[in-house]
Amino acid sequence: MSLSEVADLIGAVLIFLGCFLCFSAAVGLVRFPDVLTRMHAATKPQTLGLLVIVIGVAVSLREPVALGMLFLIAVLQLLTAPVAAHMVARAAYRSNQVENGAIVTDELAEDLARAGFSLQESGRSDDDEQDQRLADHLDPGDLDAEEGRAAGTDPAR
Amino acid sequence: MIVTVLLVLGAAMLAVAAVLTVYRMSKGPTILDRVIAADVVLAIVVAGLATEAVYHRHLTTLPIMLVVSLVAFAGSLSMARFFAEQDRNTWLPPEGEANGESGPTRSSAGES
Repeated sequence: MSLSEVADLIGAVLIFLGCFLCFSAAVGLVRFPDVLTRMHAATKPQTLGLLVIVIGVAVSLREPVALGMLFLIAVLQLLTAPVAAHMVARAAYRSNQVENGAIVTDELAEDLARAGFSLQESGRSDDDEQDQRLADHLDPGDLDAEEGRAAGTDPAR
Repeated sequence: MIVTVLLVLGAAMLAVAAVLTVYRMSKGPTILDRVIAADVVLAIVVAGLATEAVYHRHLTTLPIMLVVSLVAFAGSLSMARFFAEQDRNTWLPPEGEANGESGPTRSSAGES
């Protein structure tokens, strides 16, 4: 086996690994219950998977021209993926799409309450699927347990 | 030989992954789930372009990979910023502005 054949094999194995990470992310997206857990699954191909694939392409193509472009792809993805994930997670928490039962300690809720934020009840009816799901996930007892947090909630919901 | 087998298997896994992700994107249930699923679809597209580039040994698709990953960033960021908070339970800032996402005031309040 010549050196280039070995490099081709390594590159193909790395790309296969990246494809497997994409597949595992898709399975996690289908099976996991809420936004934050799905985000946990979804970020694997975005950083590790993309890095592995980029290295695989670089190893198997072995073109100096491609290296700059591949480096740019990897660096830009590593810079942008955490920002996007942060914004999505923040929006999920602020619009209360987080399963309260799955959180052991919720220090952000205490901090937000201390800073004067209040959990606002929407005036919308619960007829569509999204609001029903949200109502299922919200546990009014948990909300009341934490002082200052239950300011705007209605325990009867 | 084994290189071809690995690449074809990887492409098959990408196809299955794309189908599962599009299922999640259509099912929802919230818009943030769809944003995340769209991000994963674009990651799968980038992986597919890379696999194809290695399989046919050309460099044509590398700029497309770059552009797709940047578009994914812009898309998910703007969706999370402007469409996520529909009128449902939200944490409102102390001033009690109605219907949150109103630009810089909201984000500056969020940092406190």
